[in-house]
Amino acid sequence: MMRSTTKRENKDGGAGGFVRRLAAGAGVLAFWLAVWQGISMLVGQELLVPAPLAVARTFGRLLGTAAFWAAAGSSLLRVAEGYVCAVAAGCALAVLTTRFRLANALFSPLLHIVRAAPVASFIILALVWITTNALPSFIAFLMVVPLVWANVEKGIRTTDPQLLEMAGAYRLGPWRTLLRVRIPSVAPYFMAACTTGLGFAWKSGIAAEVICRPALSIGKKLQDAKVLLETPDVFAWTITVVVLSLLLEKLLVALVRRFGRRYGAAE
Amino acid sequence: MAITLENVDFAYPSGRTVLERFSLTLPERGAVCLFGPSGCGKSTLLRLLAGLEKPQGGQIDGLPPSAAVVFQENRLLPWLTAQENVALPLERLLTKREAAARAGEWLKRVSLADAAGLYPAALSGGMQRRVAIARALAFPAGLLLLDEPFSGLDEALWRELARLIARERAERPTVLVTHIREEAEAMGAALLPLAGPPLRRAEPPVP
Repeated sequence: MMRSTTKRENKDGGAGGFVRRLAAGAGVLAFWLAVWQGISMLVGQELLVPAPLAVARTFGRLLGTAAFWAAAGSSLLRVAEGYVCAVAAGCALAVLTTRFRLANALFSPLLHIVRAAPVASFIILALVWITTNALPSFIAFLMVVPLVWANVEKGIRTTDPQLLEMAGAYRLGPWRTLLRVRIPSVAPYFMAACTTGLGFAWKSGIAAEVICRPALSIGKKLQDAKVLLETPDVFAWTITVVVLSLLLEKLLVALVRRFGRRYGAAE
Repeated sequence: MAITLENVDFAYPSGRTVLERFSLTLPERGAVCLFGPSGCGKSTLLRLLAGLEKPQGGQIDGLPPSAAVVFQENRLLPWLTAQENVALPLERLLTKREAAARAGEWLKRVSLADAAGLYPAALSGGMQRRVAIARALAFPAGLLLLDEPFSGLDEALWRELARLIARERAERPTVLVTHIREEAEAMGAALLPLAGPPLRRAEPPVP
């Protein structure tokens, strides 16, 4: 657990550091683009490995269409819906299973089943029960719940009993103990689960879309591009998924940091 | 009102009996030192006084609604600064701003004014101990409980802290747990020798 030693955070390196990091990032990107270009030239068939420029042109064309934004927005909403519900349910289950033995005995087998079963099994099974529009949300939910649940449960169980005893001795009361002792103790586990879970939700949600093909979705566009052998489109949609995932992760990390500071949690 | 323990019984879930019909009256003012070898039940007695354990028999009367406790470990919240740690129990009684100001004053009294904004991880063991002591002294509870507050500290530091506590604890009844006679003497505490477990009865404190 990283922790700054003073209230004022020491922004590592300041503006100079940012420029250095940016230059390093650009260097890494250029290296991999060169590798991609090399492979594309070696293979020599756009159908198998399109060149980065061809993919960039396709991506630019897609960006200018309303269908792109509608598909990306709808997929984003579906995944976000499942993710938010999963975070809430995971926390609730963690509290329940740490507090009540019966709840733990009843629910913990579910945790193992969901963790062990392949995501494709759930997608195919859920297709029977759920509408195609709701399926990606459900799958994202199903993949994230165990992660949040297990992490938060671990955080609750590892809360230092000596700190709780100190809170009891000073009669901090249940509310202040929750805000100042329990939540900051669980926060690192919760934050880790949230950031890892977002990637899980996004990947499993898009995978579900590829299989169930809701009308407005990245998954359907990916599948259509594959069927029509439009490989640059497959690459462009995949890049869309990656970029959106990175943006969401950055946004979430910023939100979680803010949340952590508010409750006095260390970063 | 003096704190009295009358025929108190206490055993841990493991079955180890620590107090058996134990009776004691603490003086209304001044410091008392529960003095005895390790494992004799001193800390359990302190935990009963802090309300962290409930007696299984007998009764404890005259306990104030809350106590300020210095535990054997510092028990500082690692995600709060030194000042926030000291202010935390005060926030129950004062506004956040008042509590922070009061905590700042107490940190000054324990010579840690410059460390107010530091997190415990950035403080030495001695500094952390001083923060824990400042937290207890700043909290205006009717009873001050000190469980081996000087263990692990070098002599110069514990003597300095003992002087500080003796000076700052004001008039409130104070119970010190230690097995080192010099610590009790440095605090000006009356000795209450204990032998156990189980503790059965206590002689009146020796001034």
